[in-house]
Amino acid sequence: MGPPILSTLIALPALGAAVAAAIPSHKRDAIRTTALATTIVTFLASLVMYARFEAGVAAFQLEEHVDWIPAWGVRYSLGVDGITLFLVLLCTFLMPVAVGATWGQVPQQVKGFYASVLVLESAMIGVFVALDLILFYVFFEAMLVPMYILIGVWGGERRKYAAVKFFLYTLVGGFLMLVGILYLYFKGGAQTFDYSALLQVPLTITEETLLFGAFFIAFAIKVPLFPFHTWLPDAHTEAPTIGSVDLAAILLKIGGYGILRFLLPYFPAATRLLAPGIVALSVVGVLYGALVAMMQSDIKRLVAYSSVAHMGFVILGVFALDVTSASGSVVQMVNHGLSTGALFILVGFMYERTHSRVIAEYSGLAKAAPVFGGVFLLVVLSSLALPGLNGFVGEFPILIGAFQTMPAAAVTATFGVVLAALYLLWAYQRMFHGPVEGSSRRMPDLNPREVAVMVPVVALIIGIGLYPKPLYDRVTPTIEQMITHPSLERTARAEPPRGPAAVAARTERSR
Amino acid sequence: MTVLAQTAVSGAHPEIAWAAISPELTLFGVAILVLMLDTAGEQRPGASLLVLGVTLVGAGLAGVATGAWVLPALAALAGVAQLALTARWRRRPRLLGAVLAGAGFVATIGLTAWQQATAPAQTVVAGMVAADGVAHFTRYTVAVAGLLTVGLGFGYLEERRIHRGEYYPLLLLAATGMTLLGASADLIMVFIAIEVLSLSLYILTGFPKRDLTAQESALKYFLLGAFSSALLLYGVALVYGITGSTNLAEAGAAMAVVGTPVGLSVAALALLIVGFGFKTAVVPFHMWTPDVYQGAPTPVTGFMSAATKAAAFAAFLRVFSGAFGPLVLTWRPALYTLAVATMMVGALLAVVQTDLKRMLGYSAIAHAGYVLIGLMSVSRDGVSATLFYLLVYAIMSVGSFGVLTALERRTHKAVALDDVRGFGRRSPLVAGIMALFLFGLAGLPGTAGFMAKFAVFRAGVEADLTWLVVVAVVSSVIAAFFYLRVVVAMFMDDEPPEAAAQPPLAPRGAVAASLAAASAAVIVLGVVPGALVDLASRAATVAL
Repeated sequence: MGPPILSTLIALPALGAAVAAAIPSHKRDAIRTTALATTIVTFLASLVMYARFEAGVAAFQLEEHVDWIPAWGVRYSLGVDGITLFLVLLCTFLMPVAVGATWGQVPQQVKGFYASVLVLESAMIGVFVALDLILFYVFFEAMLVPMYILIGVWGGERRKYAAVKFFLYTLVGGFLMLVGILYLYFKGGAQTFDYSALLQVPLTITEETLLFGAFFIAFAIKVPLFPFHTWLPDAHTEAPTIGSVDLAAILLKIGGYGILRFLLPYFPAATRLLAPGIVALSVVGVLYGALVAMMQSDIKRLVAYSSVAHMGFVILGVFALDVTSASGSVVQMVNHGLSTGALFILVGFMYERTHSRVIAEYSGLAKAAPVFGGVFLLVVLSSLALPGLNGFVGEFPILIGAFQTMPAAAVTATFGVVLAALYLLWAYQRMFHGPVEGSSRRMPDLNPREVAVMVPVVALIIGIGLYPKPLYDRVTPTIEQMITHPSLERTARAEPPRGPAAVAARTERSR
Repeated sequence: MTVLAQTAVSGAHPEIAWAAISPELTLFGVAILVLMLDTAGEQRPGASLLVLGVTLVGAGLAGVATGAWVLPALAALAGVAQLALTARWRRRPRLLGAVLAGAGFVATIGLTAWQQATAPAQTVVAGMVAADGVAHFTRYTVAVAGLLTVGLGFGYLEERRIHRGEYYPLLLLAATGMTLLGASADLIMVFIAIEVLSLSLYILTGFPKRDLTAQESALKYFLLGAFSSALLLYGVALVYGITGSTNLAEAGAAMAVVGTPVGLSVAALALLIVGFGFKTAVVPFHMWTPDVYQGAPTPVTGFMSAATKAAAFAAFLRVFSGAFGPLVLTWRPALYTLAVATMMVGALLAVVQTDLKRMLGYSAIAHAGYVLIGLMSVSRDGVSATLFYLLVYAIMSVGSFGVLTALERRTHKAVALDDVRGFGRRSPLVAGIMALFLFGLAGLPGTAGFMAKFAVFRAGVEADLTWLVVVAVVSSVIAAFFYLRVVVAMFMDDEPPEAAAQPPLAPRGAVAASLAAASAAVIVLGVVPGALVDLASRAATVAL
């Protein structure tokens, strides 16, 4: 079997960071090469994980367990299942792409930059594979510092404000979750923070609702769900390209992942109780994000707000409590990571050349930079869920599934798809069509390196769009086990028992 | 050994368990030694020889009298060592003092480890002194803080020209008082220990004689400290009046008996809380803290914030969580209120500070609130969490004040937020270490600060203090804001033009070693805290 693969995945980027830190500061290219090589090796290692993963199995696989702090019952437990497999792959795939794409964008303090990027990758992988709640929490918070440094040191003009806002928002949620974890731990009474062991903890409905709140705020801020999203546009816009890519593609997914992993299985009764309200918030987010995106004059901010809309879909899919929609949510998280990550990279290319992100300053980009224009169009189409591209295979099942259980929400959210087409295509039209004017004149086309990093992204966007089966084969069993779990009181297509009944049943089980 | 470590018998001739109090004796002895060597002036070799002679004779007599040779042998060895050191640094008395003080702290750690490994938890010296986990752990904390302080303060004191001979004896005497306070099993002993440490600290605070701020601080500290000591003493008197004993075990048992006059008990407990509240800087008895922290020489501030807190909380723990544990329902509501106020006021007032020492002073108040959660848990986990927190906090606090010490040597004035702007660009390593301490104080995972907070929160939730823990969470987030402000200023702000003329800060020698040790401890304890957590949970024994 070789060395434990999940620990290897976590350790590799951290080691790379240490190596990069040991290289003298003036050897910038050596540091960049180290970062690129590290991320590529990590990606290759994650392919080993993919190969060892058995499709069609719902349970955790490739588990590792070691005692960490025995006196507190904290263990170093790792494992991967259908939900996390592709999120880890997304992370390891996008990192080399992002590093390659932003090669020369950070001219100063290169060492600190790439060390932060690599530490961040370690923490992100750790969050997805941790099966001990404290270990999860440690990785969850550990992401904060490198991300905060990336935004604050290498960000745009309002970077300090954005960095501190990002940090504090996330910290509030995190600490509350920690209290929730502790409460669960003592309620369990088994001196363990093991994910599966804590599934058995009996709770009253009041406790469930309060704990649900403690966890939910942490994840809703991360997602971000309307109205917890206000940190996002600032952080995204001010972050350097690689930071935006990581934020949009992976950090936001941690919110969605946390909801799936913890809220639904741990607090089923509270989930049933609060699902309609949260679905309402997510639909508001879909429409609000789309409308605000339409109003943006800064293309990076537009992409940032589009994330609010897209992640609204993901949350809708999860809280529709339907196997189809929830599986769609997982796939949509991967897709959103690819499309939005690609969009931020493309915007980064543009900004690197022209130092302008104002939509109105561009015109005729498609003529000035045809390859860039073509790739941009494809990614935009993927983002607005054109059939045949990856966005569609995630968003469509969400809507179908949600329509089964919450038709009104599904119908309303569908307008979000229309609006997405509107704001994305409108922006595309303004920037890429027409005579070559303004900043577009200073826009040479993509160079071979940039084309090279975009090729795999484009290939995946098309590949997943045409053949999503490998994803669903691995995602669905886990989701099915979760959603059809007796405690969620609902089979895939059955009419849901209404609130009070579920509460009664839940209370009975608690005794 | 067994003879020495036996439980003391009460009566006219208490058997003195020398071994059990050997850490205190060492600190005290080194203090006297350094003082003697210093006052001997140019005659130092002579004084040193005299000390050696006295030590050898005393050690021989003690060995013959008790039949145990370990301690006398150690004493003799120390006597020879001081002679060698004196000969080595004849012309550099300060360095000699620093080295001897450092050696004293190291010896304290060693002796404590020896005691912890060999002696059972018990009270000795007629029930006056406890030799239990809390006492041992507090000694570690105080000695570690002292050791770091000696390393960090040397150059600073030289440059400010306040490096006088009394510094090290006073530091050691304060440490003696602190370790003794952590080990006091009798309210009289508590009072004596508090006075020993306080008197030393009053003088240390006012050490810069020509600095008006320091003088003001010292006077303020002295007046308020004396006031609080008086209140504490009054509380002790009331306890004695109610129970007829100042011994913690007896007084605690007697207070718990049904029929004890309620009004008097409450008054006694309240006065004791006020007394301890002053020493641990709990709101609303915190008024002196920011001023004193700001005015005292920075290394002293670091030592005060870390070691005094550790010692005072150990006594607080022993008295309330231990002796008066059965009365928890009486005193917990009061402490609950104080804890909430402490956490919120400390964090909120720290936000508006621009002077970094003052900011850390307020942050120390907030941390006192977190420690109170561990104390109020009244459980084994609570005791071990408190001890663990205090040690971790001591390292981070002394470390961060240490960086400030280094910074002050550059700016030659109090360090404000503006002074560290762009500091991270110029001296990334030192600024990075500072950021590490600050992140640790904020409780971020990967640092020891997280593990400490986790331990305390864990104990709190276990003891059904969940809402108090939620308050602590809110306070922690507010606190994170002002810690972050410093990090922002260091790494994200541009350097002011006048700072560009200054050379980058590159600590050397003892300062570099202390900072490296402290930051390594913060990381190691943040990643693999298992061993220390075990040590703390084994130390969660209160002998009364």
